[in-house]
Amino acid sequence: MERRAFYRNPILPWLLLAPQLILVLVFFYWPTSQALFWAFTLEQPWGGGNTWAGFNNFLSLFGDTRYWATVGRSAFYAIAATVISMGIALTLAMFVDRALKGTRLFQSVFVWPYAIAAPAAGVAFRFIFAPEAGLIGAVNEIWPGIWNPATNGFHALGMVIVCHAWLGIGYNFIFFLAALQMLPKSLSEAGAMDGARPYRRMLDLQLPLIAPTVFFLLIMNLISSFTDSFGLIDVMTEGGPINATEVMVYKLYVDGFKGLDYSGAAAQSIVLMILVIALTFIQFRWVEKRVHYN
Amino acid sequence: MIERSPIFDFITYATMILGLVLVLVPFWVTIVAGSQSLQEVSQVPLNLWPSGHLLENIQTAWARADLGPKMINSLIVAVGVTTGKIVLAALSAFAIVFFNFKARMLCFWLIFITLMLPLEVRIVPTYSIAANALLPFQTLLDTFGITSLLEMMSGVRVTLEWNLLNSYTGLILPLVATATGTFLYRQFFMTIPDELVEASKMDGSGPIRFFFEVLLPLSRTNMLALATIMFVSSWNQYLWPLLITTDRANFGTVVMQLKALIPAQNGTPDWNVTMAGALIIMLPPLLVVALMQRWFVRGLISRDK
Repeated sequence: MERRAFYRNPILPWLLLAPQLILVLVFFYWPTSQALFWAFTLEQPWGGGNTWAGFNNFLSLFGDTRYWATVGRSAFYAIAATVISMGIALTLAMFVDRALKGTRLFQSVFVWPYAIAAPAAGVAFRFIFAPEAGLIGAVNEIWPGIWNPATNGFHALGMVIVCHAWLGIGYNFIFFLAALQMLPKSLSEAGAMDGARPYRRMLDLQLPLIAPTVFFLLIMNLISSFTDSFGLIDVMTEGGPINATEVMVYKLYVDGFKGLDYSGAAAQSIVLMILVIALTFIQFRWVEKRVHYN
Repeated sequence: MIERSPIFDFITYATMILGLVLVLVPFWVTIVAGSQSLQEVSQVPLNLWPSGHLLENIQTAWARADLGPKMINSLIVAVGVTTGKIVLAALSAFAIVFFNFKARMLCFWLIFITLMLPLEVRIVPTYSIAANALLPFQTLLDTFGITSLLEMMSGVRVTLEWNLLNSYTGLILPLVATATGTFLYRQFFMTIPDELVEASKMDGSGPIRFFFEVLLPLSRTNMLALATIMFVSSWNQYLWPLLITTDRANFGTVVMQLKALIPAQNGTPDWNVTMAGALIIMLPPLLVVALMQRWFVRGLISRDK
């Protein structure tokens, strides 16, 4: 941000910044430091303040096999949803980018899932996958009991992942298409002159060239799997059956707000924050440096 | 470029149509199920053609989930967050880009770092502030001994309290306190050529005049983009409203009501009502996105690059 022409004024910039800075301090920095405090202390059961607990909250968290199961599940959830969603969005964007006749219609519809609230999509998908209803549930007519996300944990997790992936299509599609459209036309034309057919050019030219976008979206999707998953799971399964769909954000909510274990929830919060910060850091440092072809 | 590849063109259309079906199925099912009677919606397999009961289902859902006041609440929150964000973001980005002062980069990073941690991740600590948003200032006063000083001097003990639970400010402010907008504006302001600043300086206009008469008209597209993004994301908020409103009847939003519409485990499986309700709840942001697509796509892209 090298600008030559500036305004100088000792007070005005601070007045302009004040509202935003105050909001950020009150709703971001203060709570975050508060979480740190809680994570390293233990609240007394009968009131009377917090006692220092050192790393005990974290140790008991990491010693909990149920927590590790949640971590594993979250990782599976994040990777599966990301791969499905990005795969579909990338395929669609590549074909839309060919700009054949009538593509505009497709293009505008592919963006729609972006507008939908996660819990709203959750309700729709819950009906689609409901064992007693007439869509996916219809297979139970042929093979009774073969599909039941209400009792089968694997079905339930699959159902939530599919819904999450669907929700992400819009966002991913927008970014992929934009990246593809920013590639210079001359590259593709040069490829065509050399006799590369359209699908060859897609795989060997366009795909490698949009690698930075792929990595950017990879990180954004992984982060969103921590955030959007809450609404979905709360509406679709409430973490069940038998914790089969309990991911990290949901466990944090259950422990903190249902179980009122603030110290445990704060420790979980810190772990999640570190995870997200690490992902963002990778995004900035590693990806920006290595995956650039132009 | 003229190139004939009929087979690949066919594959292109086939894939796009498949994608269309994939994207539209949930919408279609919602509309179809929402328009059927209880009997029709309980059919296995489901008839995938709409029936004529949409309006009465919407009425039932509207009454059951008390959607009238909740719609108004959602609208207040969405519009509040959107306006708040646009105003604050424009102001702070203006300060960061067009002013030269020492703590400029520090301020930028203080704001920018908030992009990293979404609200869901730091939900427990943020909730703690809801009971008293002025707690940070109280703590400051306490630690620096100002409270006791004032108490000695005037005999009044200062207690700052501002409860955010069950209030529109509580629903809105924490959602405004992130950097998305600031970042978008900053990216845009940085593309404004120096010559423009110099020219308006030469014409004798101060920073405020420059902001209102040059920057704001130029950033209209940006504003539309940000407005769309913010409207959609704040309308769709779920976890935060769920925590901050214990008084659901008065301060609940529509998205929170979705869960109340789902048929109970052993109750009547009246999914037709559920789906009719879901349909009207997902409609407002969908309309905004569909209408504003051209602008908001541009905003979204420039935000994160």
